[in-house]
Amino acid sequence: MLLPRQTRLALFLLSNLFFIPIAFSLVEEQEQFTEELLLKPLPDRKVLSHFHFQSRAPPTASYGHHHRLFPKAIYHLVHKYRIREMELSFTQGRWNYERWGGFDPISSNNAKPPGVELWAVFDVPEHLVDAYWKNLTHTLSGLFCASINFLESSTTYAAPEWGFRPFTGSLRYGSLPREAVCTENLTPWLKLLPCRDKAGLSALLERPSIYKGFYHSQQLHLTSAEFKSAELDSGIILEQTLTVVLQPGTKRTGLAYFQPSWSISSIFGKQITGKCVLAKSSSVFLQIESDAVSELKNLWKENGMSVKSNEMSKNLWSNPYFELSIAPDRVREASSFNSDSSSIFYEFFIQKYSRSESFDLGLTWKSPFVWSCPKAPLHATRFLMGSGNERGSVAITLRTTELNWRLMDADISEETCKLRVDIFQMVPWYVKVYYHTLLVFVDEKPQALIDVVERMHVSPSEDKVSPGLMELALKLPCRLNSAALTIEFSKGFLHIDEYPPDANQGFDIPSAVISFPSFKTRLHFPNDDSVSYLPLLSKLQASTFVCMQERSPVLSYTEVLLVPLTTPDFSMPYNVITITCTVFALYFGSLLNVLRRRVGEEERILKKKAANKKTNRISILLSKFFAKLRGRPWEPPESPVSSLSSPKLLLKVIVVAAVAAGWQYYSSK
Amino acid sequence: MAAIEPLKARKRPIARLGVFVISHSLIVSVICCIAAILALLLLPVLAKNTYISENALMPGSANTMLSSEEVSEADRFMKDVNALSLESVDAGIKIAKLIAQYMADLGAEVCYHKFHHQQNQFNPLHFFSIPDPVVVQRNISCLSFGVNTVGVIRAPRGDGKEAIVLVTPYNSSGMDAAEASSLGIGYSIFSLLSQVTWLAKDIIWLAADSRFGVYAPVAAWLKDYHTPLFSGLGQVNAEVCHESNDLLKLNDAMVSNRNISNIFTRSGTMAAALVIKVVDRHDEADKDTLSIFAEASNGQMPNLDLINIVNYLAVHRQGLRVKVEKFFSLLDSKFLNLVGETVELLGKVAKSLNPNWRFGIPVAEYVEGTATLASSLFNQALGVPTGPHGAFRDYQVDAITLEISPKGSLKNKDQRIDFLMRGGRLVEAVVRSVNNLLEKFHQSFFLYLLTSPSKFVSVGIYMIAFALLIAPLPIVAASLYSDANRRDSSLRNEGSSQPHVFADEPTPTLKSWRWLHAAKSVFIIHFWGSLVTLLPHFISKMPNGTPTSSLIIWLSLCTLSLFLLYMISGSPFSHATASQPQEWAVLKSVTVSAAFIGLCLMSVINFATAEIGALLIVPMCLVAYPLKLDLQDWSFRALIRAACNLTLVLISFPPATFYLFKGGIEGFKSVNAGDFWNWLETLWAWNSATYLYIGMVHLPCWVSCVNILLHPC
Repeated sequence: MLLPRQTRLALFLLSNLFFIPIAFSLVEEQEQFTEELLLKPLPDRKVLSHFHFQSRAPPTASYGHHHRLFPKAIYHLVHKYRIREMELSFTQGRWNYERWGGFDPISSNNAKPPGVELWAVFDVPEHLVDAYWKNLTHTLSGLFCASINFLESSTTYAAPEWGFRPFTGSLRYGSLPREAVCTENLTPWLKLLPCRDKAGLSALLERPSIYKGFYHSQQLHLTSAEFKSAELDSGIILEQTLTVVLQPGTKRTGLAYFQPSWSISSIFGKQITGKCVLAKSSSVFLQIESDAVSELKNLWKENGMSVKSNEMSKNLWSNPYFELSIAPDRVREASSFNSDSSSIFYEFFIQKYSRSESFDLGLTWKSPFVWSCPKAPLHATRFLMGSGNERGSVAITLRTTELNWRLMDADISEETCKLRVDIFQMVPWYVKVYYHTLLVFVDEKPQALIDVVERMHVSPSEDKVSPGLMELALKLPCRLNSAALTIEFSKGFLHIDEYPPDANQGFDIPSAVISFPSFKTRLHFPNDDSVSYLPLLSKLQASTFVCMQERSPVLSYTEVLLVPLTTPDFSMPYNVITITCTVFALYFGSLLNVLRRRVGEEERILKKKAANKKTNRISILLSKFFAKLRGRPWEPPESPVSSLSSPKLLLKVIVVAAVAAGWQYYSSK
Repeated sequence: MAAIEPLKARKRPIARLGVFVISHSLIVSVICCIAAILALLLLPVLAKNTYISENALMPGSANTMLSSEEVSEADRFMKDVNALSLESVDAGIKIAKLIAQYMADLGAEVCYHKFHHQQNQFNPLHFFSIPDPVVVQRNISCLSFGVNTVGVIRAPRGDGKEAIVLVTPYNSSGMDAAEASSLGIGYSIFSLLSQVTWLAKDIIWLAADSRFGVYAPVAAWLKDYHTPLFSGLGQVNAEVCHESNDLLKLNDAMVSNRNISNIFTRSGTMAAALVIKVVDRHDEADKDTLSIFAEASNGQMPNLDLINIVNYLAVHRQGLRVKVEKFFSLLDSKFLNLVGETVELLGKVAKSLNPNWRFGIPVAEYVEGTATLASSLFNQALGVPTGPHGAFRDYQVDAITLEISPKGSLKNKDQRIDFLMRGGRLVEAVVRSVNNLLEKFHQSFFLYLLTSPSKFVSVGIYMIAFALLIAPLPIVAASLYSDANRRDSSLRNEGSSQPHVFADEPTPTLKSWRWLHAAKSVFIIHFWGSLVTLLPHFISKMPNGTPTSSLIIWLSLCTLSLFLLYMISGSPFSHATASQPQEWAVLKSVTVSAAFIGLCLMSVINFATAEIGALLIVPMCLVAYPLKLDLQDWSFRALIRAACNLTLVLISFPPATFYLFKGGIEGFKSVNAGDFWNWLETLWAWNSATYLYIGMVHLPCWVSCVNILLHPC
């Protein structure tokens, strides 16, 4: 049936008109992929780039099993292991909480300990969780070309109850601090993206430049509501993030406080040539931190420029201090809880750009400018104490940072004001922690545990079966300067085949997790509804719309510790073989000797020999010596029979020796 | 009879060999002692060339990156430091501030470490353990404090589990050009390492304020690094030190930069430490000279690999002349030259017989090797660290001191920059090599003696001499005891021929327990030895004591207490007359056994001490023979023996040994009576086990030998 052209158009328009509301209501039912990139200049002349890719699959019940965008591997993984939530991170380098921030959502969610960290919540009965976890580790290790399967052993993972995440349930947590992270882990991660690294923002991921950075953390976060126990059926959400801290411009400039100017092409070596066509939205954000913004405002005021805050944020992209090379498409202000002023997000839409007109955002600093980043309420460090191979202790110190205390719910001036700190620490079994030796010092004064510990969960390690686990909820006075925790341990012995390769390096104690539940990291975008369509920003805002858990607490990881244990000399088996062989030889030799010996016969032969011998002085001495050795009185030879055999023998020996020496001498010449 | 005797005499061969050796103990001990001394003299010949055992180190595999940019920056830094050091007021604090500022500008985390100087206190009850930190805190003197400046570079892609430490000591109260240039070398390395991307371990630069000696600041920093105090630090400071609080405030004022703090900055487990020192010897040489110092407390040595890489890089990459300490006075020794010539001759003969036998070394090399070996052995035996690196060894960190002396003058700018470049490149290459290391140092030797920077004697070889020395001791003890028993029983047999009613019954028990009396007297002497070891602690508390007077007091107290103990416990002189005639032999046998046990125990703690101690004790113990018997005998042999005994006893008396040794090394004119006391004081101040050895093994053995000599048989 052929309809006239106009009719078709009219019908199309009509249907469009008709279906638009329906389409909007069905937006949740579609597979979605979004890509976003957040760039943020850091106070110590580095640049943070945070890639955020989100794929969303609608619930299986309504959508079915077949997907166009959502990676099949992940879908299978979720269904096979009944995963409710999972996070896998590969990290290289350390997040510098002092200089790069410890209070913002990115540092809480994306600053991870070095190596691999994996945690997962399963939607299965309690007795099956361990089996599911083991299978999951094997699958992930195949999927990401990493030795995640080492987390299978029950000595490497633990089941934290409340110290790691407020979400209780069948949670398992494990980490491998020594896992090296490389491109072979990145490639399978990129394969999960619909455009891989061929188009869109992920095309920026030039390997040499992103692995050259000071921090590199590649994460995969899964949330699914596929199973019965979930109340809201929102399908599976796969968030892939890559957080990189890069140093623009390697050459040191003379001025220490002069921020380096950079552009996307200078830090990544590439430009953005359009979006991934499969992505629903593709945008780049540039964040100026709140402290920097307030600093800017102050400087403007000093310079006599009176500006309203609204106007300022609009014009801020080109000011006396810095300048953006491209005008932002949109400027958002986000207020956070920990400062009066708000940070600014410049948004750039990537769909405008193409291969012919590529996107290369640049930031040029015009004058020296210093600011600081928002820091966590307490700065945590962990270190080992003591020396030697027998015992030692682990100490965690917490130190106040210059934090604005107003953001806390309680009033700080009150005496009763308490700051809650949760500590989660997992220790391998060969480091035998004595939990009764836990000491807490607040402001250099020892405290009774009852006064400071609100809640405590300890599961001691069991040799070769399970690691030790300590979850502590501390209530510290708000006005503290410093606090310290020490706990003693003794070092265990491993069986020779339990030593890992390079055992002499020492053994790692994975990072402890310090969280501050009374502080929430979130940014708030006032009267800005469009944020909910941008997964990155809405994640920063941490609304319940995206994340299953409620607002995430401020979280920081401590250092990985290296404990030197006693290591055997691994060449020992060789020595053992040698000594065993010697013992065997001695035993069998003497046994055979005893068995085949005939005493009477020997006596007779000896006597005969003695009878035949000529009695010269040497032979008398020798026979005396042997007699002594045998412990018998020496008997002089009975009949001195003169024979020339002995001097003859001596002569022969001398002649042979002379010939040998002569031969040696002449052959060497 | 003939049928029974072989059956009776048939013993196990090993037992028969034992009996044979014991019955010929005299020959065996003479052979063993001569062989031991020969083995000691042959050690330089047996030394092997060093080799880098750990493959991961890969020294010199990368080109050094230190460029003239960093070096000229370091030169500028040195100029600033020199300018500050000329100022008289508060130069120490100002220099620390300047160093911190320079460190912070490089992007490092910087902190000040304030430490109080404390006298090394002898604490007899805490000899091997670390004294209670709280008690130590209370003993600090407030006015004497120093400020170390510590900078930490975090490895950009590392996990921060391990760290490499660079130490540059400088005297904040009076700095010279050499110290400034050691800071300069430190700075040039630090500025390079803050930019490189290959770091896997963190770098800690400790600019140690060495106004109280080079060891104290490093030890204080290490103590705070490993065993910090969490409680009461501020309180003690406030209680004890009112004056120093102002300085603390000054410290606070110093913290203007956000990267500089007063809070102790830490990094991971230390992998290795290098102490960089520059000395200006003002001697014109064609090359810069590098001296390596490695001995830590109680003869502990760093892993040989660390010395190897430094030596390799210094010789083959930077063209420095590398030295280790040696006794220069031994170089002219005629005896050594003679031995060297013999060795050379033997080597030549052997080589002419078989060109593959290459054990001969030239005379000069032999003498040099012996001088170095003697110095190495002596330093290990002393048990006192030869530099600040010793503090690291107490925490199981391998560390050495690199003492670089320039060939030219440090005042000439070109020469100075050239020198900084060479020194800096050496340190950079060493750091890079250690940075490559995945595991801690474990591949190579920990027990060795150096005969030159590139030659060493491992424990397997140098313990032969010691084993040969102490081998006769148990043999002689056994032979003496069995001899005494046999003579005794023969005497008794003669006696029992006369009718005697109760003689047979108590004899076996008495006979087997007869060593008890001797053991008691030897035990009493050893008990006295441990008392005497504690005495110097109390003497040192006495006011206005000069070393000489202290020494005299100590010696007189020793004698007095010895006589007192004799009175109380019953003197062997009175007892011996009543007992068996072979009493002295049993006494000697117990003495020899005690010496054997003491030497064996000491060889576990400090091998070098045991080796030198064995050289002194063993001949004395073996030769000891009652003078009375010798004089009764009045034969040539007996007189020789008596003379030998007297000389050995004189030589082995610890003060006499010390004076003889010191005189031999430095000339007898410089020897003072109080020197021995000073020497003892340093030993106990450094917690050297040698002090314990002298007090509890050597001195009692000496007294026991004297006891035997004077025995009224």
